[in-house]
Amino acid sequence: MSETHLRFLPVITIYFISFSFQQRIEIHKLRQGDNLILGFSIGGGIDQDPTQNPFSEDKTDKGIYVTRVTEGGPAEVAGLQIGDKIMQVNGWDMTMVTHDQARKRLTKRNEEVVRLLVTRQSLQKAVQQSMMS
Amino acid sequence: MSAAMDTESTYSGYSHYSGHSKKAHRQGSRDRHKSPRSKDGSRSEKSVTIQTPPAEPLLGNDASRAEEGQDDNWGETTTAITGTSEHSISQEDIARISKDLEDSVGLDCKRYLGLTVAAVLGLLVFLTPIAFILLPQILWRDDLEPCGTVCEGLFISVAFKLLILLIGTWALFFRQPKADIPRVFVFRALLLVLIFLFVFSYWLFYGVRILDSKDTNYQGIVQYAVSLVDALLFIHYLAIVLLELRQLQPMFTVKVVRSTDGESRYYSLGHLSIQRAALVVLENYYKDFTVYNPALLTASKSRAAKHMAGLKVYNVDGPGNNASGQSRAMIAAAARRRDSSHNELYYEEADHERRVKKRRARLVVAVEEAFTHIKRLQAEDQQKAPGEMMDPREAAQAIFPSMARALQKYLRTTRQQQYHSMESILQHLSFCITNNMTPKAFLERYLNPGPTLQYDRDRWFSKQWTLVSEEAVTSGLQDGIVFVLKCLDFSLVVNVKKIPFIKLSEEFIDPKSHKFVLRLQSETSV
Repeated sequence: MSETHLRFLPVITIYFISFSFQQRIEIHKLRQGDNLILGFSIGGGIDQDPTQNPFSEDKTDKGIYVTRVTEGGPAEVAGLQIGDKIMQVNGWDMTMVTHDQARKRLTKRNEEVVRLLVTRQSLQKAVQQSMMS
Repeated sequence: MSAAMDTESTYSGYSHYSGHSKKAHRQGSRDRHKSPRSKDGSRSEKSVTIQTPPAEPLLGNDASRAEEGQDDNWGETTTAITGTSEHSISQEDIARISKDLEDSVGLDCKRYLGLTVAAVLGLLVFLTPIAFILLPQILWRDDLEPCGTVCEGLFISVAFKLLILLIGTWALFFRQPKADIPRVFVFRALLLVLIFLFVFSYWLFYGVRILDSKDTNYQGIVQYAVSLVDALLFIHYLAIVLLELRQLQPMFTVKVVRSTDGESRYYSLGHLSIQRAALVVLENYYKDFTVYNPALLTASKSRAAKHMAGLKVYNVDGPGNNASGQSRAMIAAAARRRDSSHNELYYEEADHERRVKKRRARLVVAVEEAFTHIKRLQAEDQQKAPGEMMDPREAAQAIFPSMARALQKYLRTTRQQQYHSMESILQHLSFCITNNMTPKAFLERYLNPGPTLQYDRDRWFSKQWTLVSEEAVTSGLQDGIVFVLKCLDFSLVVNVKKIPFIKLSEEFIDPKSHKFVLRLQSETSV
């Protein structure tokens, strides 16, 4: 019984990694003067050119990616990293939005906390490597 | 060298200048006598004699003969030029006649034979309609029916058509032959035969039906003559199409490579026979290829000799003279041998380039300075200073010494010194001064080796060419044919390729369909 479990374990973890390795990040906005800032920059969108995105693995991916994270900002504190792809913001889907829509969803004036669902390539690969060894 | 070539008297490629140049790699059996005929502007200077070697097997010569002895099948397996085309019968006869004539009398007669035949035929043809019209008048004038305005109209039309035919024939056929070719032009021969048969059959009909029976219908006779002239005009049209128009449209591209230094050019040709294609190639050779300079070739041979030198083959396995095995062993060893000849070549070439550039700079400066000493006198100034005026030759002689040394050094470095004598340089200088040329225009002739036409005729190495071909020389060009034009010092290898059949299709683009979008990658900070 234990042997069959062990045999199926790598398969199950592979499924988890390839389909749903995602991280939930909660960012508390920082008030600077009149604005609430999050401390990162985004790129991408369905109206943008996906081939120029340096962070995406698939160059037809039109999702929203994190292109810069300011040091010491709320995003960095919360654990957001450069190159992350933002899948959801507060429950709103971000995989099929224009660049401007994405910006609006992140910068709503009445929200102080944004909960992001991000996926990250580097972490996927690290887990895969540790599983193989 | 075959005996036939020695008896020729028209070509004169071996003139006195050959004493200056390096003779190390030339073939031994060349005449070096002065040939004064080359200097008087005789017709032979303009002619390029292409002569096939007398009927010997070509490819069988060097390689196979020595080793296999007289193979019984050499007649079938070797390739020789013996006019084996469908028109072979008349051609072989003519060729045999011409070869006999050649051996006994000389090459000029062959040319003249063709010309006289054509001239006699042309005269006969031209006078035939006139004879058709005049003979009844002379022989049975009283019996003829009177024929008024109709006949006179026909006379006028015959006269003008004959005039047009005369002018057309003069324009098309009366040309100075510019080359001697080995075989008859097939189309010309065919046309002559056609004209002859045509006129002969007309005379036959005339003789039997009209002269013998003394036909009295003069209008019919005149119309018969008019029909002859019309048919002659159509034959003239056929001649234009066959001889001139057919080869205008390019069908083949030929690549011509000189064997000594690999210089190559491409030309476009239409449907030509091999000998005519060879003529075209040679005409373009004199204008496009840089002049053949044997002084530039010696370096590579000495390099190669040094590379193979010092290798000796010892046969350790016992007696036995395996010549090919030994030479193969030598080649393999030479290839593996690690010597620095490539290094030498690289440094030598870089050094040479630097030297040439330095000398060139000195030359350009000297010439520019020399040219500033000369000033052209305007017309009104010419009366003011009569004493100092010089004509271009004297002006050239005055400024020549200041640039002579730099020019001579440059020519020595680029190994062109035998192509330019002092007299020719002075002439060129006075020519440039007369035509208000700048120093750079004067130097253009010396800085780069030009085509062969640029130099004196006695500097040309080659005026006698031999066409070496595996196909019959009068057959048309086909894709993949290779023939060689050999002269004494080098040869031109000509490779014929057909221009590919191009499939061209169209695509219509609506001018309104040119629309664009902006591709952005913007970055927003949140």
